[in-house]
Amino acid sequence: MNLILRNLRLPLADFTLELDLELRGRVTAVFGASGSGKTSLLELIAGLRRAKNGFIQAGENVLLDTGHGINIPIRSRRIGYVPQDLALFPHLSVKQNLLYGFKPYADVNITIEHVTEVLEISHLLARRTTSLSGGEQQRTAFARALLASPQLLLLDEPLASLDSNLKARIIPYLIRIRDEFQIPMLYVTHEMEEIRALCDETIVLERGRCIRQTRAEQVFNSTTSF
Amino acid sequence: MTSEEWQIVGFTAWVSVLSTLVITPFGLALAWVLARRDWPGKSIVETFVSLPLVMPPVATGLILLEIFGRRGTVGGFLHDKLDWDIIFTWRAVLLALSVMSLPLLVRSARIAFENVNPRLEQIARTLGAGNWRVFFTITVPLAARGIIAGMLLAFARALGEFGATIMIAGNIPGKTSTISLAIFQNVQLGNDTSAFRLLGVSVFLAFVAVWGSEWLLRKTHHRP
Repeated sequence: MNLILRNLRLPLADFTLELDLELRGRVTAVFGASGSGKTSLLELIAGLRRAKNGFIQAGENVLLDTGHGINIPIRSRRIGYVPQDLALFPHLSVKQNLLYGFKPYADVNITIEHVTEVLEISHLLARRTTSLSGGEQQRTAFARALLASPQLLLLDEPLASLDSNLKARIIPYLIRIRDEFQIPMLYVTHEMEEIRALCDETIVLERGRCIRQTRAEQVFNSTTSF
Repeated sequence: MTSEEWQIVGFTAWVSVLSTLVITPFGLALAWVLARRDWPGKSIVETFVSLPLVMPPVATGLILLEIFGRRGTVGGFLHDKLDWDIIFTWRAVLLALSVMSLPLLVRSARIAFENVNPRLEQIARTLGAGNWRVFFTITVPLAARGIIAGMLLAFARALGEFGATIMIAGNIPGKTSTISLAIFQNVQLGNDTSAFRLLGVSVFLAFVAVWGSEWLLRKTHHRP
């Protein structure tokens, strides 16, 4: 995946997010302290926030180009976004959640059977999302995002709310998503362990700027300062 | 109950249901805009919508009379162009009930919309849903209890409306007479038995509507 961010500017409460990046990893970790602009970056890419100016291109698709007045609507961006709170629809069953954005595209071969099998949630389809355990909710949220056939997945600290035991059980599912569906991901995390397990590229944000962009293992080896 | 009383009860229930249905689409649109959008002059619109709740109903009726009377701006236009009369017809009853009950629907629906997590609407958009789909499949179902509670409250308010109705619809037997107007008139004329029968009916209808609305609100409150 090629994700290009050029001259991206978004004023936030304490600082301005200013990015100029080209990401090529299969899974890129977005690393940084709380309030460094990580979630805002994901929201910009998904279209949930609008940059003051800048350019965003995911693969072949230009999502935003303020210079040419291009701003693709959120619903047409094909960006899967799993926020920290998951945002499962509480009034719908697991199956209805999964089908909400299900849209087979010619360029992606994703079926409900395949996704539910890989994420081991086939037996939960009739359940209400509010009755699921933390790990089940997590997998349902991944599956729902995958079934919309996204070109890029944005995961915002997907394991932050889980205990370490459960985290260790979810990571293999993320590896499966990466390997089975070949969808590039931007993965916000505070955890070195997750970066090591999943990511092949890392960017480090500090007060809205990218202060380092490296291969994951390099970051891991030089992060005593974090 | 006499046939005349049944006619009054039937007309009141019918026109109250109709006014609730008439204000619902408009009230929901207004509630959504107030809950989800900011624009200059929003607080003025908010105040205007709530005015009928706090103003004397008779005063609201007088304003409506000025606007919808034959010499009023809207009333004159409707009379000249469409040969429609509003004042002293059943349409005036509908108008009075709608204006007086709208604030209750808007307030209740607005709170219900504000309680819907905007994150869910955003995620629905990332899943490919357009504005209408988000509204009807996420926002309205999640706000449904508050909306229905608001509709029931509006209906109950419509059932008991007196001041604005008597100003613009009068109390014409068989035409614009509602339960409230008939109770007042019966007491004036010393027909206490008839007044008490209608009182019983109105207590029953109001009780069912308010109780239903409270029940729905309680359920909304307890939802995870």
